[in-house]
Amino acid sequence: MTDAVHAQLARAVREHASRLAASLMHVTGDFATAEDLVQDAVLAALRHWPVEGIPERPDAWLFTVARRRGLDVLRREHNYLAKLAQLQWPIQPEPDERLRPIFICCHPALPRQAQIALTLRVVCGLTTSQIARAFLVHETTMAQRITRAKQKIKDARIPYRIPADDELAPRLTEVLAVIYLLFNEGYLSTAERAQSRDLVDDAEWLASLLHELMPTEPEVAGLLALIRLHRARAAARFDLDGRLVLLQHQNRSLWDRDAIEGATRVLASAAKQQRPGPYQLQAAIIACHAEADCWQDTDWEQIVLLYDMLLHLAPSPVTRLHRAIALRYRSGPQAAMTELDILADELDRYHLYHATRADLGRELGRPDEARAADRRALELTANPAEQAVLQQRIAYSYREETSDNDD
Amino acid sequence: MKYVLLFVETERFNSDMAAMSPSERERAYDRVNEWFANHSDKLRGGSRLKSSDTATTVRLDRGEPVIIDGPFVEGKEVVSGYVEIDVADLDEALQAAKAWPGCPVVEIRPIDFEPM
Repeated sequence: MTDAVHAQLARAVREHASRLAASLMHVTGDFATAEDLVQDAVLAALRHWPVEGIPERPDAWLFTVARRRGLDVLRREHNYLAKLAQLQWPIQPEPDERLRPIFICCHPALPRQAQIALTLRVVCGLTTSQIARAFLVHETTMAQRITRAKQKIKDARIPYRIPADDELAPRLTEVLAVIYLLFNEGYLSTAERAQSRDLVDDAEWLASLLHELMPTEPEVAGLLALIRLHRARAAARFDLDGRLVLLQHQNRSLWDRDAIEGATRVLASAAKQQRPGPYQLQAAIIACHAEADCWQDTDWEQIVLLYDMLLHLAPSPVTRLHRAIALRYRSGPQAAMTELDILADELDRYHLYHATRADLGRELGRPDEARAADRRALELTANPAEQAVLQQRIAYSYREETSDNDD
Repeated sequence: MKYVLLFVETERFNSDMAAMSPSERERAYDRVNEWFANHSDKLRGGSRLKSSDTATTVRLDRGEPVIIDGPFVEGKEVVSGYVEIDVADLDEALQAAKAWPGCPVVEIRPIDFEPM
């Protein structure tokens, strides 16, 4: 199967399976049963569609399989059977019905890894084996994780409903965190896992679905804009050898200007609500980078300001580190280093902290200190993509130092 | 659906309580009483337990019953009481637990079945 067909198949399954899941859950009120039926239909689709082609009406196809299978499975359960008979085609679930599976999958009583796996399975229609491959874990491990989560939903009676108004904010934060993690996982691993599922695509799809269903939630729009702004620069992120290229050195003519403009519009319309949040602010920071024609034109003043707002809303040493990096371009390396010194204890185990120290150390003419920091950074990261970034940073800095010596 | 809320005290909580003035402590108890009053329609009984110093544990998995002084797990966090609540689902149980003004840790366990 070519990549294009593969992607088309993934899109069709995702779009239609999630609608079917929402409808089945609405009708049966039973998460596990509906989930099993959808998974069966998805597996059947993945067997038939690559051979027979994607049917003209993929939703009708999945509906028929799930319904037939449902009647088989539920023959003894009269209650479900009657409910299943009510299931109507075409499937056009109400927005609320489509939201419910998302909120149950991301329920805070489930462990984060299970939230992610369930969301992928139930909302995006991935198979257990696809999820396992995407996260580099054994299929049985992933299957157990999913089974345990479904069992807990049943045993502890995690309700199948959209949280009440007073609970909505923290619950939505949970959903956004799942989508953001999914995006990060896909984004950081693009290089080595080119053949595996494009989780970034799933994350963007989830964010846009959520935005469609909850158009007045500015943080949902913020996350969608954030993901789209990152993706708009995807073509410039890797060089011809597949190595990551840092923002500073990216060929900006490869950026997708239309996508950047579209994402900025989403962000601007969210900002009109004047309810800033971490995702909107992070997206705004990336928008500052995306809108600059070159590295030198970057509006560092604005970026530092946005980091100040972000720190006010969500204080974190890692955000302070990023602010310090921006500060370096606004106020110079010494100002940034002073900030880093304050963070020394808190971020001692964070590779990017030491990588940044290394960079600043070199700029301030302290090469020995810089080299030690580089080595510490490499020690601390296990992620291959990040290792590659670091190695590249180090290699680049060594090249720079060598060329300085040549002068 | 019935759940048990297990209330867990920490060393920090106990020392904070001990350091309170009588009037502060009174207010803390008032808040707890208020919680009980607000949730009375859902509560199905429960008790505060004496301190874990008074606990005796019987182990039946070592041949003959073994009697041990102390709680089954020695730790800085100890169960200090429990209530049973009858609510629609986990979200309602969570709401009750989140409003709990007493000790800082609450474990929520669904009741599997009742013996009688």
